[in-house]
Amino acid sequence: MSTTSVLGGVVRRKEDPALIRGTGLYTDDVKKAATVHVAFVRSPLAHARITRIDTEAARNAPGVLAVYTIDDVRHLGPLPAQVPVGKLRPLLADGVVNHVGEAVAMVVAETRAQAVDAADLVEVDYDPLPAVVDLKQAASDQIKVHEDLESNVILTWEAGPWGNEEGIAETKAKIAEAKGRGDTVTVSLEMRNQRLLPTAIEPRSVVAEWNPGYERFDVVSATQIPHALAGAIAKTFGLASNAVHVLAPEVGGGFGCKLNIYADEILVCFAARELGRPVKYTETRRESANNTIQGRGWIGTATLVGTQDGEILGYELEALCDMGAYSQNFTAAIPFLGVFVGSGQYRFPTYMKLDCVATHTQTTDAYRGAGRPEAIYYLERIIDAYARKIGKDPAEVRMKNFIPAEDFPGVVSPVGFAMDTGDYAKNLRALIESDAYRQLVAERDRLRSEGRLAGVGIATYVEVCGFGPSGLADLGFSWSAYGLPSSFNGSGLVRVNPDSSVTVIIGTGPSGQGHQTTWAQIVSDQLGIPIDRIRVIHGDTAESPMGIGTFGSRSAAVDGSATYLAAQKVRAKAARLAAHLLEAAEEDIEFGDGGAYVAGSPDKRVTWEEIATVAYQPHRLPEGVEGGLEAHAIFSPANATWPFGSHACLVEVDEETGDVRILRYLTVDDCGNVINPMIVAGQIHGGIAQGVGQAMFEEAVYDAEGNLLTPSLLDYILPTAVDLPSFELKRTVTPSDVNPLGVKGIGEAGTIGSAQTVVNAVVDALSPLGVEHVDMPLRPKRVWQAIQDAKGGN
Amino acid sequence: MYPRSFDYIAPASLEDAVRELGNAEFAKVMAGGMSLIPLMKLRLLSPDLVVDIGRIGGLGEIEDTGDHLSIGALVRHRDTASSDVVPTALRQAASWTGDVQVRNRGTTCGAVAHADVAADQPAAVLALGATMVARGPSGIREIPSDEFFVDALTSALAPDEILTEIRIPKRGGGSAYDKLGRRGGHTDYAVAGAAAWVTVSDGAVTDARVALTGVGTKPELARAAMEAIVGTDGSEGAVRAASERATEGITVIEDLYGSVEYKTHLAKVMVRRALTQALTEARS
Ligand SMILES: Cc1cc2nc3c(=O)[nH]c(=O)nc-3n(C[C@H](O)[C@H](O)[C@H](O)COP(=O)(O)OP(=O)(O)OC[C@H]3O[C@@H](n4cnc5c(N)ncnc54)[C@H](O)[C@@H]3O)c2cc1C
Repeated sequence: MSTTSVLGGVVRRKEDPALIRGTGLYTDDVKKAATVHVAFVRSPLAHARITRIDTEAARNAPGVLAVYTIDDVRHLGPLPAQVPVGKLRPLLADGVVNHVGEAVAMVVAETRAQAVDAADLVEVDYDPLPAVVDLKQAASDQIKVHEDLESNVILTWEAGPWGNEEGIAETKAKIAEAKGRGDTVTVSLEMRNQRLLPTAIEPRSVVAEWNPGYERFDVVSATQIPHALAGAIAKTFGLASNAVHVLAPEVGGGFGCKLNIYADEILVCFAARELGRPVKYTETRRESANNTIQGRGWIGTATLVGTQDGEILGYELEALCDMGAYSQNFTAAIPFLGVFVGSGQYRFPTYMKLDCVATHTQTTDAYRGAGRPEAIYYLERIIDAYARKIGKDPAEVRMKNFIPAEDFPGVVSPVGFAMDTGDYAKNLRALIESDAYRQLVAERDRLRSEGRLAGVGIATYVEVCGFGPSGLADLGFSWSAYGLPSSFNGSGLVRVNPDSSVTVIIGTGPSGQGHQTTWAQIVSDQLGIPIDRIRVIHGDTAESPMGIGTFGSRSAAVDGSATYLAAQKVRAKAARLAAHLLEAAEEDIEFGDGGAYVAGSPDKRVTWEEIATVAYQPHRLPEGVEGGLEAHAIFSPANATWPFGSHACLVEVDEETGDVRILRYLTVDDCGNVINPMIVAGQIHGGIAQGVGQAMFEEAVYDAEGNLLTPSLLDYILPTAVDLPSFELKRTVTPSDVNPLGVKGIGEAGTIGSAQTVVNAVVDALSPLGVEHVDMPLRPKRVWQAIQDAKGGN
Repeated sequence: MYPRSFDYIAPASLEDAVRELGNAEFAKVMAGGMSLIPLMKLRLLSPDLVVDIGRIGGLGEIEDTGDHLSIGALVRHRDTASSDVVPTALRQAASWTGDVQVRNRGTTCGAVAHADVAADQPAAVLALGATMVARGPSGIREIPSDEFFVDALTSALAPDEILTEIRIPKRGGGSAYDKLGRRGGHTDYAVAGAAAWVTVSDGAVTDARVALTGVGTKPELARAAMEAIVGTDGSEGAVRAASERATEGITVIEDLYGSVEYKTHLAKVMVRRALTQALTEARS
């Protein structure tokens, strides 16, 4: 039974019956009559000049309608990017291929099998060029990724604080001074934050149709950003944005990889218009691995200096960040998201220098957490190393260096960003003073007393999300290249229908986050109309108001707030109508029990149905009141939100094999007010799974020639339920003050908090052997090697 | 990915199946399809004809004939894993093969015919000294397991032969399988694994077979370890000494999951663990 209780209540997900029964519509389920299918011819080389493309045989193959190369579509590209540095991606390889799997030609045929068969017949001659895959080698510029690039380092983000050269110089001087002091301790570690494949379970898919009569594109795409896609298509083809209708139906996982405009999305539109047929492309798992954006891929050195008793005096992070061959939507902006949280929830001077480095690999971009997991990983790993070095409890060291709760509001972090609200000490105390945490430590000690390798890791995090303030556009992030307003904002429309059911239309759409339920709760809370009478429509650009999309843990904070404001407007109008019907004063109207009543005399009441009926009968309305019962609101928060939390886990390592088992995993997260605890828990579960996945299993491995060695789920190891312990979740609640709901966002927090928690625990387990660090993923071979190296060094 | 186009038949008898295999240019037998179909979809294997043996009667049983066990070609991993007559090593290997779906579809004979070095059941079958029964155009042929695994993904079966049953001799003793899976513990394909079978008499190890998973190019006997353990008292020290010789004579191959050094080490650990368990069972 679902309750009708609303904000803060566990409400069963409205979307699940369709998803579980298989009646939800995904893009590849869309079967338009006369659809033709696409297969791409892809480069087997990471870097080569194309000397010849012969499409003749493919064109003559059964069922083939067309074979396109860059010459057909050059005028439509390249793809847009928010930070257009480095090389933008052409729609098909333009003279040179720059990573394995880059699309060289596009075959369109009557059936998918015919398209795939014909793609085999396209002959491409390549003149191999030297490829650079290794980040350090790429940064040295010995081999240029693109001939015309001045350097493979296409951008450098420097902070301390950000954008303030004098401040940076001062910070560097402070840190140098601290290092120079005789009574301080400096720890430094070079660490890798490996490349990852986002791996949405639903691969990307798109189908486009051009209607020459309406002069309109109808596009269905598995995208997190339908409005941006519509804008980009409109811009590409010189159309008004309302001549492009994009629908993002059910989206089976995104994690950032569907937060991009892809060449195939533009190309199917092009082909649909050329051929007068609906054109569909659905990527294979291997294409998903090789051609959908990838994430992370940093190698960096973190250095921390502090006193013997745990006061941290300065922190530096210098890292090379892998951008891949081409810049797409957020590519070079991702490290900047790391700068945002670079100093975590701490107050010590922080200096960061992040070099964005091009390589001959697939593009990187936003993957769950996007820049923030990387930054927090380095910070929380090095704090742990420092605590170990000075022999202090890692929790105590963190506690000592937190920004104090009293400093809020008005905190500006050492890297220069205003933070909304925070109480970090309370949060960490809730973890370490819990029985569960004491048991963790006791169990570790018990295992150790039996001669086993056991460890407890803790880590804290702060996240920045809920993007965000329109002012972000001033930092250079803009959707204007996508034909959207440059600002980040949210929108929601609430309509009470004549039968008093409610339709909510929102500018973002879910890729698993449960918008239908959460938004229904927000509206139900305002109107007192039961959740099962509320239907939430999303992802349809023809119906929904402009919205940026679901990413950066922003939907609830931004679009949720807009919807809340719209619901308030509807409530105000309904109150006016109820007052009219009840002949009472508007201020005396209250809502409850399926209608409105006069405060103090609950039997003077009208039902929602009566109110709604009147709303659609203008002759019965009070003078000066327009018909209808709906409202739309746009919301742009004053700031992003800053969730935070503390994680801990217990691990055991098999000394003989290097096999790591996570025995228990605890979290105390703080995402401000909670709309639906079950959905929040689900987001944390998935987030931890992906963070643990990075810590333990996942790695996109490239060989020196730029071949992805892990292009399938056989080799790219995803965490599954059997690999994970039960997560034990708790929370503190520190509402945000930048949105009316007081929410902060929870989509990425689990991922941001978890990878270093596991690594800290494993290092704790191995510390009796003298191991100081093991790079992720903590595959048995790597852990075993670290044990051998430590033993050899003894 | 889409496979290249191919013909498909599901004959009702072994005779028909063998005949169809012989008639086609390039035919493949399909049992559970758990390995065949992915290879076809990746176009790494493009047969003209797929002969589905799934409709042939009488191949789905595990039979105890008194002197051996017979595992039919359609016995699924799940059946093997949950049988109370199958020796421990093979039961464990089957129970740690893939996930629930794979165990419900994939067959023990298919896993053995596929001859993947990283697969679990081939090593168990090898350690148990099984005999593979193959049916081809000229009749039935018995292939000892020692001769069955030829090379990477290559068995001694001819293209027009069907593995109809695996015969496991009932020779008493104890057996065990252990592995380290790619995702840790026993989960996923083996980084390295070992199956062991031993007999004990009057406190001495009278016979032993040990086979490895995941270390070379094919499922292989660890002959040096076998020789080393036979004749000893099977003590911890003897087991340790024997397992030290796990990869003697075997070319260990590096992959994404382990260096040569690591896999060599892991093979020793797994041989030790499997032998220890097998001895415990043999003594009980
Ligand atoms: C997700 C996944 C995870 C897996 N994990 C593991 C694992 O952890 N450990 C492991 O060992 N394996 C694993 N496997 C492989 C799995 O065990 C396969 O089921 C098995 O290898 C093949 O059995 P099958 O009946 O499906 O054979 P098929 O796929 O039908 O055939 C495989 C090959 O054997 C041949 N063949 C099959 N049966 C016969 C026969 N009777 N006579 C002659 N030739 C035959 C086929 O022609 C083909 O070449 C996994 C597979 C998947 C899909």
